[in-house]
Amino acid sequence: MSEFRHFTFNFGPQHPSAHGVLRLILETSGETIEHIDPHIGLLHRATEKLAESKPYSQNIGYMDRLDYCSMMCNEHAYVLALEALLNLDVPTRAQYIRVMFAEITRILNHLMWLGAHALDIGAMSVFLYAFREREDLIDCYEAVSGARMHATYFRPGGVYRDLPDSMPNHESSCWHNEKETASLNRARDGSLLDFVWDFTERFPALIDEYETLLTDNRIWKQRTVDVGIVTAERAIALGFSGPMLRGSGVAWDLRKKRPYDVYNELDFKIPIGTNGDCYDRYLVRVEEMRQSTAIVRQCVTWLKQNQGPVRSDDAKVVPPKREKMKTSMEAQIHHFKLKTEGYSIPPGEVYVGTEHPKGEFGISLISDGANKPYRLKIRAASFAHLGALNEMCQGHMLADLAAILSSIDVVFGEVDR
Amino acid sequence: MLDQCFALLWIIGKIICVLVPVIVCVALLTLLERKVIGAMQVRVGPNRNGIAGSLQPICDVLKLLAKELIIPSKASRYLFIIAPVLALAPALAAWAVIPFTNDWVIANVNAGILVVFAMTSLGIYGIIIAGWSSNSKYAFLGALRSVAQVVSYEIAMGFTFVGVLLAAGSMNLREIVLHQSGGIWHWYFLPLFPLFVVYWISAVAETNRAPFDIAEGESEIVAGFHVEYSGIMFGIFFLAEYANMILVSALAALLFMGGWLSPFAGIPYLDHWFSWVPSVLWLVLKMSFFIFLYFWMRATFPRYRYDQIMQLGWKCLIPVALVWIVLVAVAVQMGWIFH
Repeated sequence: MSEFRHFTFNFGPQHPSAHGVLRLILETSGETIEHIDPHIGLLHRATEKLAESKPYSQNIGYMDRLDYCSMMCNEHAYVLALEALLNLDVPTRAQYIRVMFAEITRILNHLMWLGAHALDIGAMSVFLYAFREREDLIDCYEAVSGARMHATYFRPGGVYRDLPDSMPNHESSCWHNEKETASLNRARDGSLLDFVWDFTERFPALIDEYETLLTDNRIWKQRTVDVGIVTAERAIALGFSGPMLRGSGVAWDLRKKRPYDVYNELDFKIPIGTNGDCYDRYLVRVEEMRQSTAIVRQCVTWLKQNQGPVRSDDAKVVPPKREKMKTSMEAQIHHFKLKTEGYSIPPGEVYVGTEHPKGEFGISLISDGANKPYRLKIRAASFAHLGALNEMCQGHMLADLAAILSSIDVVFGEVDR
Repeated sequence: MLDQCFALLWIIGKIICVLVPVIVCVALLTLLERKVIGAMQVRVGPNRNGIAGSLQPICDVLKLLAKELIIPSKASRYLFIIAPVLALAPALAAWAVIPFTNDWVIANVNAGILVVFAMTSLGIYGIIIAGWSSNSKYAFLGALRSVAQVVSYEIAMGFTFVGVLLAAGSMNLREIVLHQSGGIWHWYFLPLFPLFVVYWISAVAETNRAPFDIAEGESEIVAGFHVEYSGIMFGIFFLAEYANMILVSALAALLFMGGWLSPFAGIPYLDHWFSWVPSVLWLVLKMSFFIFLYFWMRATFPRYRYDQIMQLGWKCLIPVALVWIVLVAVAVQMGWIFH
C-alpha cells in the first residue's frame, strides 16, 4: 500500500501575493489547505537594536520604515512615547495637525490595502484607482515634509513645522501638455488645507466608485464572504486589533478607548462587522476611510480657524528657530547640544499604544537616563495577525489563501522589523 | 501531377492568407489590450516604441526571441518542448473551416462546427502537458485546474452548439450564417439568447481568460502551467491564447450574430446606405466587439475560485443550456420558428 502524503510546497518569498517577502510552507490536499507554516524574518533590519545606538530624535526616521504604508502613524506612537517620558506638553494646533495626518495616513494605508486586496482576488483596476487617490495624499506628505514616503514629520513636542500656505504645482513638460497640467493643478492654488479640504469633498464619491466595482459584485462576495472567519472570542484570544478585531464584531478602537492627542474632541464612529470574514473586514476598512475623511474635515475646519505654535517651546528638547540662533548665544548652544548629543530622557519605562491603520501599534520604551533608548520594543499589529493565518486558512482553498493573507493587511517592514 | 502540385500550392497559399492576418491580429491585440485596459485604468499603456507604442508588439517578440530557452533539469524534455506547439497548432488549425464571407473559406466542411469544437478541445492537451512536464508544483496545479475547467465548460459550450445546429439544421458554418440572413432580427442571438450568454461565458472560460483565468491564477499559482517557460516558448503559449480568443470571437459572430451579414439588411434606406461595406468588414466589427468584451471583463471582474467555476458550469450553465435546447427542439419540430 503506498502512503498518501500531503502536497507540500513553498509559497514565496518570491510570489506575487506574498506581500513582500513572506514565505509559507503549505501542506495541501489537492487545492485544500491542511497546514500553513509562515516563515518570517526575510526583511529583518534590526530596527529595535539599531534604535539602541541612536539618539532619540534620529530614530523617528526608522519608524517610517517599519510599516512603509502608514508612515506617520508609526512616528505617532514613538513620538507619543517620548513625550510621555519627557512629560512634554504639545500645543493644540500641533495635536490637530498630527491627528489630521494620522488620518490621512489611515486613508493612504487603506487605499493601498484595498488595491492590493482587490488585485489578489483578481480585480486589478481598483489597484490603479486607489493609487490615483494615493497620489494626492502623498503630495500632501511632500508639501508638508519634503518627502513623499518617509516623512519624519512628527517630532517630540509637536511637528517639524507648520502647514505650508501654498501647495506645490505641477509644471507642464513634454509628457503633460498645458491642459493636462492645468487639470493636475486643480485645487492647488490655495494652501495645503484647501487642497486637503478639496480632497475630502471628492473622496466619498470615489469610495462609492470602488464600492460599485466590489461591494455588490457577485464574484467578489463569493470570494470573500465566509472566507477566513474569526469569531470575536478567538480574535481577542489571538491578540487581534484594529480592523481585524472590529471585523469580528468587537468595537475596540484606541482612538475612542484610550484617546491620545485630540481624538476625544473629534466626532467619529467605529464601524464593526458581524461575521469576522474577509468581506466584513473589507466593509470595515472601507467605512473607516469614510470616517477618516470626516475626521480630516473636522481637523481642517479647526486648523483654518485657529493659529498657534506647532511645537513645544521646551528648549531642552526642541531645537531653536534658525533666526534665533544667529542672535542668541543660548540658542546656539542648545542647537549644538541637540544636534550632536541629543536630549536625555529621565529613567523610566512607558508603553504607548496607538490605533494604527493595521491595528494596535505600540512602542514600549525603557530609558536609563541616557540620550539613547535602553530598550525599544515595537508591537506590530500584523505580526499577531499573521500568527493566526494557519487557523484562518483551515479547510480553505489555495485561492482563499491569497484573499485571507491580503485581508490581514500584512506589511513585512512591520512584521520583521 | 502538375495539377496536384498546383492544388497543393493553392491550398498553402490560402492557409498563408488566413494565418498571417491572424498572427498579425494577435500581435496587434496584445498592444490593443494594453491600451484599452490602460485607458480603463487611468493610465496610458505602452507609448515608447513607435507612434503611441505601435511597435511594442514587435519589440516584445524580438525580446522573447532573444531570451534563453530554459528547460528545467528535471523536466520531461520532449514533452516540455512539444507542449507549446500542441497549444498553438489546434488554435490555428481551427481557422481552416471559419468562413470569412460567403465564399472565403479554406475548407467548406459540412461538419465545420464539429471541427472547431474538436480543435478547441485539443488545445487543452498543450496546457496539461506543459503543466505536467515542467515538474513544478505550481505548473502541476495550474494544469489540474485547467483540465477540470475545460472539461466542464466544453460540455456547456457543446450544448450551445447543439442549439444552433438545431435551429439552422446544418453543421456547416456557412449554412448557419446563411440561415440567419434577412436582417438583424433573424440572427440567432435573439431566439437563442440564453444559449448565446452560456456560449460566451463558456468561451471565456475555455480560453482561460479573466475572470476564469485560474489556470494562470497570477496571485495564487503565479503563472500556472507556463510558470517554467521562458523566451519564445512562453511567447507561443501567449500566441495560442490570443489566437484562441480571436477564434472564439469569430465563432460567436458566426453562430449568433449573423457572421458577415449586414445588420441593416431589410431596413429601408439603411440597407442601401451601407451596401458599399464589404461583408468581411461586418465580421471583423462583430469579432472586435467580442474581443473588446474580453478586455472589458478582464479590467472589471475579480477572479473566480476553482470550485466556484465548477459550480457555475455544472449547476447553472449546463441546466440553462439543456432546458433551452429542449425548447428549441420543440419549436423547430412544431415549425414555430426557424423554417
